[in-house]
Amino acid sequence: MISLRDLTVRYGDTVAVDGLTTDLEPGKIYGLLGRNGSGKTSLLSVLAAYRKAAGGSVTVNGVDPFENPQAMRDTVFVRDAPDVPQADRVGKVLGFFARLRPRWDAAYADHLADTFGLDRRKRVSALSRGQRSALGVVIGLATRAPLTILDEAYLGMDAVARSVFQRELLADYLAHPRTIILSTHLIQEVADLFEEVLILDRGRLIVQEDTDTFRSRGVAVTGPEEAVETFVSGRTVLARQSLGGVRQATLYGSLDDDEQRRAGSAGLTLEPVGIQDLFVHLTSAERTPEAVR
Amino acid sequence: MFDDRSPIYLQIANRIKDEVLSGTLKEDDQVMSTNQYAAFYQINPATAAKGFAQLVDEGVLYKKRGIGMFVTPDAREKLRTRRRERFFTDVVDPMLAEARMIGVSVEEIKRHIDGGVR
Repeated sequence: MISLRDLTVRYGDTVAVDGLTTDLEPGKIYGLLGRNGSGKTSLLSVLAAYRKAAGGSVTVNGVDPFENPQAMRDTVFVRDAPDVPQADRVGKVLGFFARLRPRWDAAYADHLADTFGLDRRKRVSALSRGQRSALGVVIGLATRAPLTILDEAYLGMDAVARSVFQRELLADYLAHPRTIILSTHLIQEVADLFEEVLILDRGRLIVQEDTDTFRSRGVAVTGPEEAVETFVSGRTVLARQSLGGVRQATLYGSLDDDEQRRAGSAGLTLEPVGIQDLFVHLTSAERTPEAVR
Repeated sequence: MFDDRSPIYLQIANRIKDEVLSGTLKEDDQVMSTNQYAAFYQINPATAAKGFAQLVDEGVLYKKRGIGMFVTPDAREKLRTRRRERFFTDVVDPMLAEARMIGVSVEEIKRHIDGGVR
């Protein structure tokens, strides 16, 4: 279990993570979503003990992970490029992790490296952006850490490599269940893999929910302007657009059968919104996190 | 695969119901495990499990502890009855509304059906 209490991360006057409190149960795949600068990497860096929190507390299985050898053995943190010496050859890097990581699966690492077409004789500095991401993913998955954190780990990969990554991630999770936190901008591609989504907006956690529940949260209401406004009054409206006399309002929150019937008899059309659009509406600049809560 | 706009567990449940209705899955057939299902459709296993749980609740599947999930013997009949109840409201009424809107008469529809689309 990961417990965050009023967690704050600051860079000078800039607050990157703003008093975040939540619990993450073990054994799930979490999707961490947020715009650039929303605090994702700062939060993950604290979880992985790459950084100390400025305020509040973080515990992983009851202990503060910072400078804690046991917690670090059980954690792997991969960013968009692996944190390894640039002059080393891929084979040496993998050998290093094999000695360093207690749960390292060398056969699996070899399988992944072959799947991604990684040349073990190449120096890290000579790898393409996509191959560098692939090396990071090999390290992230083959470490088999109970807490596996992949922060935009597959950013440099092309569409084929990303799809291989997603397949391998799920297959390995099914065989070796563990806590996986995946941050990404490619929401639609991977959302089906998440058990829960977490959305950060300007350092605040604005959504933490079962992915399927979140998926059904957004409703687009379309119809004559006046009818739409009457129907949506008193609800959380994320966005509005008009074309001629037709208005579409995007609502946050599910509608029950009764409300759906009422919309239908008022001549309104209801459509689900989808995770990606919902995310865009929730985190677009003009909204404040408080308004969503 | 699944669309992004409605809960995936419901889409899973509906897909399996369709397979039972069409006879692809027969009574006492074993369905895929949640892990097999998750790997095949590239979804989180908890989502697949939720879809299966829904079907157990509805009496479409039953669980044999330690072995897996199976199609309930009367599942097909039950589903047919339920779908039949909804057939006119869910399928025929919207079609008639569309027909009215574009000026297709009930007579024309009858002729079309009698003309043999079977």
